[in-house]
Amino acid sequence: MRDAEPRRWPVAPTLTVLAVLLAVAAMIAALAGPLSVTPATLWQGLWYDGLGDGGGEPGYRVVRDLRLPRIVMATLVGAALASTGAALQGLFRNPLADPGLIGISAGAALGAVAVIVLGGGALGHQAIPLAAFLGALVTTFLMWRIASRGGETRVALLLLAGIAIGAIAMALTGVLTFMADDNELRTLTFWSMGSLAHSRWSDVALVAPWLLAGTLLMPLLARPLNGLMLGEQAALHLGHGVPRAKRAVMVLGAVSVGAAVAAAGQISFVGLVAPHLVRLLIGVDHRWLIPGAGLLGALLTVFADTLARTLVAPAELPIGLVMALLGGPFFLVLLLRRNGV
Amino acid sequence: MSDALLDVAGVTVRAGQRTLLSQVRFQARAGERLALLGPNGAGKSTLMRVLAGDLSPDAGAVSLHGRSLRHWPLAELARRRSVMLQHTPVGFPVRADEVVALGLPGRRHGNAGDPLVGELLARFGVAHLRGRAWPSLSGGEQQRVHLARVLAQIWDTPGPRLLLLDESTSALDPAQQYRVLEQLEVLAEQGDYLIVLVCHDLNLANAFASRVLMLDQGRLLADDGPRRVLTPERLAAVYGLRSRWLEHPDGSVLHVEGALE
Repeated sequence: MRDAEPRRWPVAPTLTVLAVLLAVAAMIAALAGPLSVTPATLWQGLWYDGLGDGGGEPGYRVVRDLRLPRIVMATLVGAALASTGAALQGLFRNPLADPGLIGISAGAALGAVAVIVLGGGALGHQAIPLAAFLGALVTTFLMWRIASRGGETRVALLLLAGIAIGAIAMALTGVLTFMADDNELRTLTFWSMGSLAHSRWSDVALVAPWLLAGTLLMPLLARPLNGLMLGEQAALHLGHGVPRAKRAVMVLGAVSVGAAVAAAGQISFVGLVAPHLVRLLIGVDHRWLIPGAGLLGALLTVFADTLARTLVAPAELPIGLVMALLGGPFFLVLLLRRNGV
Repeated sequence: MSDALLDVAGVTVRAGQRTLLSQVRFQARAGERLALLGPNGAGKSTLMRVLAGDLSPDAGAVSLHGRSLRHWPLAELARRRSVMLQHTPVGFPVRADEVVALGLPGRRHGNAGDPLVGELLARFGVAHLRGRAWPSLSGGEQQRVHLARVLAQIWDTPGPRLLLLDESTSALDPAQQYRVLEQLEVLAEQGDYLIVLVCHDLNLANAFASRVLMLDQGRLLADDGPRRVLTPERLAAVYGLRSRWLEHPDGSVLHVEGALE
């Protein structure tokens, strides 16, 4: 029988390895690119100048002003998407639930696209991420209202409502895309396929609190999510505050996915794959699964973004595309091997 | 003030026009083993939901340790009453020992290496399955793992505790059923556990229970020792069954001959 006795890797070493790999990926990302920078240049810049202009050394300035904010953004976005994915999968008791599937990010993308196409640039660039953020919150609120009756929120209904609202949001995005002119279309691609190309330190500062909220607070809900593996009623019998946990997961999820889409557009897959892989490695306990997924999500996103900007340099691929092209086949192989094919 | 652990005082539950439970009242102490019997739709599951605290009665109240269930904080209640539902599907490929560890209270939550996990799995004869993935376990094995889990939840709580079991042995083979019930009987006899078991097997109820509660159409018809409750007359009236007791010096058995015309 397949997987009759699942093996678990020890938690602490696994999380440590993931953290080290993330640091290595970040280092590679800082040095790689059209303008290659040596570690020595980086070191000198930091040593002599700190956060000043690095003695005018262009390599150092590229890293400091362009690559580093991008790496930090990729880390935060990847961690937020993957932590949220892990928590949503636990809440819905469904390994397929991810922020993309249940419509939160589709709502965010719709918000952004609506401003791009209908706002006609009059609203200014800051309005787009704001609209994405609001789009995520509104979609989540709608899902919640549809699934709640008489003070009770039914998780199965929440999932179905999310899928339906996501489909509607995607259709509306399609209508808007149809209406868009060439110039708007190019901006649109950014939101629908994801990109970190425009991340600067000011953008990082804007979204970091929201992204960190999802990543750092979600693990606090680990116990009720563990209980929910046995179903809602059994979780209540175990003494977990299930209604509160449901609300908290949805609010944190909406906030952090909204911020992630606002910062980087729609990056699919990472919220689905990272929790899945970490579950295979260290098991289902959400106390370790959520932070583990966060680390792996950050690692995958930093890696994918590095490929996105180096593969066809000086042009760039959308990161969502890279993620799906790399992750999809890998995920399939994994599924087939585990099924003994 | 009585020494009852569980006090069910005139519980009535309605759903629309229908009355699911009507004026049910009984008390029970730790050490007792109650079997809750009755035909389908008699109100057994509704009563279990009320006892578990999932459902607030429309009239009457249920108290545990003299305190109404609605006034127990969820987490504190969970330390003193544990519930095994008829169906508890497990969402992810969890291992058997991890399922039991979900029941562990406080800081021990989720620690599959806790000695109690192995001890309880062994008590129900499934220690060898501890590393197995949930989907690879048979229905009867899953039930025994769940039994270990619901016991883990209240095992180390001092004082009297309530264990609610809804058809918890339905998937076990006959020998395993008796083995599990013997274990539960041992626990009850040590004096700390009040066990309430819903079941459909009349002989099993007779073998296990110190008291049998017979429900029919939401009313508590009888509440007494098994031999006094499970009379052929009552079984005919409630279930429409033909039956008689076969007397034997080692213990009598209820022989069910068939359904009445």
